[in-house]
Amino acid sequence: MTAPLDAPESAQHAEPEAIARGRRDTESRSLTQIAWRRLRQDRVALGGGAFVALLILVAVFAPLLTAWFGHPPNQFHQDLIDPATQGVLKDPDDPWSGIDPTGGMSAEHLLGLEPVNGRDLFSRIVYGARISLLVAFLSTLLCVVIGTVLGIVAGYLGGWVDTVISRAMDIFLAFPLLLFAIALAGVIPDDAFGLSDNALRIAVLVFIIGFFSWPYIGRIVRGQTLSLREREFVEAARSMGAGTGYILFREILPNLVAPILVYATLLIPTNILFEAALSFLGVGVNPPTPTWGGMLSESLAYYTVAPHFVIIPGLAIFVTVLAFNLFGDGLRDAFDPRSSD
Amino acid sequence: MNKRVMGFAAFGAAAALMLTACGGDGGEGGGGGGNGASFDQGSTEIVNPSDATGGTLRYAISSNMESTDPGNTYYGYVWNFSRYYARTLLTYAAAPGQAGTELVPDLAAEMPEVNDDGTEWTVKLQEGLKYEDGSEIVAEDVKYAIARSNFGDQALPNGPKYFQQLLDEDDYDGPYGGDDPLEGFDAIETPDDHTLVFHLKEPFADFLYVLAQPQTAPVPADADKGEQYQSRVVSSGPYKFEDDYTPGNGLVLVRNEEWDPDTDPIRTALPDRITVEEGVDQNEIDQRLVNGELDVDLAGTGLGPAMKGQLVGDEDARNNLDNPTTGAHFYVNINTKVEPLDNLACRQAVQYAVGREGIQRAYGGDLGGQIATQVLPPDIPGADPELDLYEAASGKPNADKAKEKLEECGHPDGFDVNIGVRSDRPAEVDAVEAIQQSLAEVGINAQVKGYPSDTYTNTQAGSPDFVAENKLGLTYYGWMADWPSGYGYMSSILDGDAIKEAGNSNISELDDPEINKLFDEVISVEDPEEQARIYAEIDRLVMENAAILPGVFQKSVIYRPDNLTNVFFNPSWHMYDYMTLGTTETE
Repeated sequence: MTAPLDAPESAQHAEPEAIARGRRDTESRSLTQIAWRRLRQDRVALGGGAFVALLILVAVFAPLLTAWFGHPPNQFHQDLIDPATQGVLKDPDDPWSGIDPTGGMSAEHLLGLEPVNGRDLFSRIVYGARISLLVAFLSTLLCVVIGTVLGIVAGYLGGWVDTVISRAMDIFLAFPLLLFAIALAGVIPDDAFGLSDNALRIAVLVFIIGFFSWPYIGRIVRGQTLSLREREFVEAARSMGAGTGYILFREILPNLVAPILVYATLLIPTNILFEAALSFLGVGVNPPTPTWGGMLSESLAYYTVAPHFVIIPGLAIFVTVLAFNLFGDGLRDAFDPRSSD
Repeated sequence: MNKRVMGFAAFGAAAALMLTACGGDGGEGGGGGGNGASFDQGSTEIVNPSDATGGTLRYAISSNMESTDPGNTYYGYVWNFSRYYARTLLTYAAAPGQAGTELVPDLAAEMPEVNDDGTEWTVKLQEGLKYEDGSEIVAEDVKYAIARSNFGDQALPNGPKYFQQLLDEDDYDGPYGGDDPLEGFDAIETPDDHTLVFHLKEPFADFLYVLAQPQTAPVPADADKGEQYQSRVVSSGPYKFEDDYTPGNGLVLVRNEEWDPDTDPIRTALPDRITVEEGVDQNEIDQRLVNGELDVDLAGTGLGPAMKGQLVGDEDARNNLDNPTTGAHFYVNINTKVEPLDNLACRQAVQYAVGREGIQRAYGGDLGGQIATQVLPPDIPGADPELDLYEAASGKPNADKAKEKLEECGHPDGFDVNIGVRSDRPAEVDAVEAIQQSLAEVGINAQVKGYPSDTYTNTQAGSPDFVAENKLGLTYYGWMADWPSGYGYMSSILDGDAIKEAGNSNISELDDPEINKLFDEVISVEDPEEQARIYAEIDRLVMENAAILPGVFQKSVIYRPDNLTNVFFNPSWHMYDYMTLGTTETE
């Protein structure tokens, strides 16, 4: 994934040039308005955005959806499963009827059933979206906050502060994250920090992902800040006696919103995959809570009898990651005035 | 759980046969297999008996072999296979069924003798046994082999270290240090070339099983190259390496003319050549077995899921399948310290509430596992399949009894409990989810706690502190033994003296004085029947204490190609007895 390194820099150039050429008709538009105009014309990005919005709705209204279809996510349907092969029977009344290659997809069970215990896959995918999105959003938020603060401080102050923070970023990027995650899951008890059970597990996931992904954002913010701090408006503020905090968060930060927003959108799919990987390794939330990554990891043991069980969570992750990426790419293009209008 | 796959014979045969109306009766000529064999016949008797020599017996394995060195292995298939070229002091009788768990002399001239206090074992070697180069096998070579695999910092890493734990030896630091490799190693004496005397710290009832380990195969000191010795093991058996072995390139064995069949009670040595292909994909191995292009899957764990799913539903193909137990018992530890399970009636309520059928489903129904109602797997002497204190055999939960017990323990509406599981093992997670649903029926709210299997046995379930802090009242677990004896199977998981701070296997923290006393007593009992009676007694006491919720005795599905002769499942190895196999394939 490439970073929108120079978007706001050129954006800063744009307005004075426009003024110099006397194109006053664009003067009244803010950067956001320009970006929105561009975004509206980018159908692919809008499609991605619409899917993301839909997904969020699905996650929020998961209980309503499953209640409507009538299958709680942890309800067993063992009568539909062949105990020997563990797959879904073609005919539940005939134990020798063989395995249904679609995994029992029907009007009753839209996406079929899980092997072994026969839980409804549609309900589990819908509920799984909650955990996957929650972890992805929260961890992205965490790394945006850490990355922005440290990046802006490093870029603006420079000197030894910059050296320390930059080396810290290098160390975090080099850290063997998955090993750390497994070790941490072993050390943290089931009740800590006033949280317990899945709330704690989610907090740990968010912490691991967010805490080790912040340098990606941090580096970009630092780079942007390095150029912004030399600009006239910053010097003006400084000469008028503004404090460091004021300059950092009132003068520089607003100019960083666009790249941060864009990069965060592109980081979310990475974090969804990360959550999947951690669940895959057994350090995710506790069963029977469904997560996409957890389902994918379990499904591999049954891929021969229930190929749909591999495909559906895989597809859910794939489509979601794709949608976020398309939307993020569109957002970046929209904020980058060098791209054609 | 011990790493090596070992265990006990095909008790589940009868149950498995009920699955189908056409699986044959386990007797001769049951079905439509190419040579008249029937489903699961190899679990209980010799299929295709033959004494025809010749041909090439073709093995394949999906990984590389753990090691070809008999002194550097903890996998059952190497223990079984290495006997082609490495004879051990004792080994298991070449017979199907429980007869296969009997120990017989191999290098030894007769069964070892023990002194009165059980600490000194004397083994006489047969005279005139030769290596592949014609030199004689002497007692000191056996002593050297035990030294290299057990003692010192450079001891070979893979195998167990039973000799090091049991022998009365404090300061010997292995054969790779000084000039004389055996200097200072006094716990084994070799008064002459054909006598070994083992001195133990204290009596150990199962020492004979230790003497059947491949580590007792003789290694001439001047041929030893440490871990590299596996490139060419000096043969004492009927076959020798054709070329040097390089891991990943496979192995070819040819006849060793120095081996004398008259000295050997267990090896038929039918094939002229034996080949092992390494790193073959499991699906390919299975397909080639079915096509007759391969004779044995060396790993011995049975068909992969793809071919298994295809064959178990095919009536004709079933006659080529065997369905023996793997020796693994998957069960739930019910902790005796965590509230409210410190109350016996609460533990009993859990026993009644859980339907074993749900656990069995996770392993693939009747073909994947047999419902367990006691701790000891069925073919260990002392196992009493009639022992079923909680009416578990039906597989159904008994909610009424469970509620009675809940009433009795003061939690009529149920209670909250945590159940630990290795979350990266799908079958175990499925089983635990089924257990959770069963418990919910009677109001017991079980919260599943998943942990990575890398750390589970040591840091989570294996740590009494962790179990107490996290109130892990229930923990899902599996257990296999290194040898088919009640002591070997039960002492680590049920003896109160075996409770440890980390890597603990007695996870229910059962510390019952009566059971502990029986474990102490059985060590000095010599009569096998009396031993079996004590093991049965321990098993019954454990079930009365409700400290273990038996789940399933796991079973595998093994393909038995038509071209394989003299085939049977040996319960000691939990796979076919490789020493008797022949092939009609002449390649």
